[in-house]
Amino acid sequence: MSSIGTGYDLSASQFSPDGRVFQVEYAAKAVENSGTVIGLRGKDGVVFAVEKLVTSKLYEPGANKRIFHVDEHVGMAVAGLISDARQIVETARSEASNYRSQYGIPVPLKYLNERVSMYMHAYTLYSAVRPYGCSVVMGTWTEHEGPQMYMLDPSGVAFSYFGCAVGKAKQAAKTEIEKLKLADMTVKELVKEAARIIYLVHDELKDKQFELELSWVCAATEGRHELVPRDVASEAENTAKQALADIEDSDDGDM
Amino acid sequence: MAFMGDMMNPAPLWQNGPSPGAFYNFPGNSSTFGPGNRSAQDFKAHSATPITTTTTVIGLKFDKGIVIAADTLGSYGTLARFRDCPRVMKVNDLILLGSGGDYADFQYLKDIIEQKIIDEKCVGDGLLLKPRSLYCWLTRVLYNKRSKMDPLWNNYVVAGIQDGEPFLGAVDKLGTAYEDAAIATGLGAYMATPLLREAVDKGNLDEQSAKAIVRKCMEVLFYRDARAFQRYQLGVVTADGVVIDDVAEIKHDWSLAHMIHMK
Repeated sequence: MSSIGTGYDLSASQFSPDGRVFQVEYAAKAVENSGTVIGLRGKDGVVFAVEKLVTSKLYEPGANKRIFHVDEHVGMAVAGLISDARQIVETARSEASNYRSQYGIPVPLKYLNERVSMYMHAYTLYSAVRPYGCSVVMGTWTEHEGPQMYMLDPSGVAFSYFGCAVGKAKQAAKTEIEKLKLADMTVKELVKEAARIIYLVHDELKDKQFELELSWVCAATEGRHELVPRDVASEAENTAKQALADIEDSDDGDM
Repeated sequence: MAFMGDMMNPAPLWQNGPSPGAFYNFPGNSSTFGPGNRSAQDFKAHSATPITTTTTVIGLKFDKGIVIAADTLGSYGTLARFRDCPRVMKVNDLILLGSGGDYADFQYLKDIIEQKIIDEKCVGDGLLLKPRSLYCWLTRVLYNKRSKMDPLWNNYVVAGIQDGEPFLGAVDKLGTAYEDAAIATGLGAYMATPLLREAVDKGNLDEQSAKAIVRKCMEVLFYRDARAFQRYQLGVVTADGVVIDDVAEIKHDWSLAHMIHMK
């Protein structure tokens, strides 16, 4: 990057002459190094899938989770620096709890997203702080409004999505997601697709070990965010592995 | 500098008179009502009386669980004001909670308990709050509030499954707590407890007979307690989970009223 060393990349509170804030861009780079996270919004709920890279064999299975509960009805999947992400989760939880105590109803995702993204944005404004090195995907399902999903960037920008991907293989994952007819699919189908995509985009040469994390919030869970039950998850994982093996077999056949 | 006296709190100019710099602070002047001018005698209990109240809660232990019942009337003094005040709540799959007394105080604590449960789910370790923990927590909260001379004006009945065994306990507004196989708060303590204890002493209570006895108690209370109501909630907690039935209605029959002779 030619701009390195020109002096405009040390602070989040100064623009470069061509109108960029480098610290925010570096934060986005931190997210791109992380395992892939995808969020899929179907007709009856939202599904999250995370390729959690396991950097040491000494970790217990299930350590350093990347899918969190924010409130009864809101789930959050995170990519990027896990410690930064945990603080965003904590902020989201306290905003959700605050909203509940003030208005007596679960926070609508639209408002939770506004609050959390303003919080992240505030960390792009001052020289004394650095931006959060994480992107988060939040999702919910309500009887009234159906499924909703937002993805927040380190810049504080957030959009609502039908399907989104972030992390190492986001491009490959997005290409796969675009092939799906998301609006017509149920979460049961989406869990399988999500698992398949994560296995597909996983780069076995660079990152050997990974764990697949799956969660959903849908009509079947009565709008509660829950980890996908073990039997459903392992079925999806097996089909994903099988699909991957089939592709590899046919590749060998071509050669 | 001792000869200058205490500069922050100068002695009054004359006995019971104003001190220098406070010449115009005569009693009753608006400036004497500031928070800094309070004496110990000015503090008072804020919850000296409950406002919207509910009456008895009944809890009865049977072989595999607990049954809890409470009517849905919110009274405003002697006025039967609100007819739909549910006060048997599911806390989680292990705990049922019933409350009697000030309804606003119950709603306040209910919100706190519900957030507690959400916080616990967020931890994601799959562990559930157990009834004895909630019971103990309630004693601390209520005792703390009473020690601030501002009690939460409630009786709580905690029912649940503690490590596979049924648990039933009560906590009052002072934080006083006890466990028993049969609990009735409020006026029910006088009229329902004997009926419940009789059933407990006979032994071998199953769910059906426990429910029947509790329903009988609700009926007795409806006839005799002027703050009771014909509609009530009945909840059961067993190892299978918590079930709160739809609001039931007592079929009352006042033809027996001719037995009552007013003199």
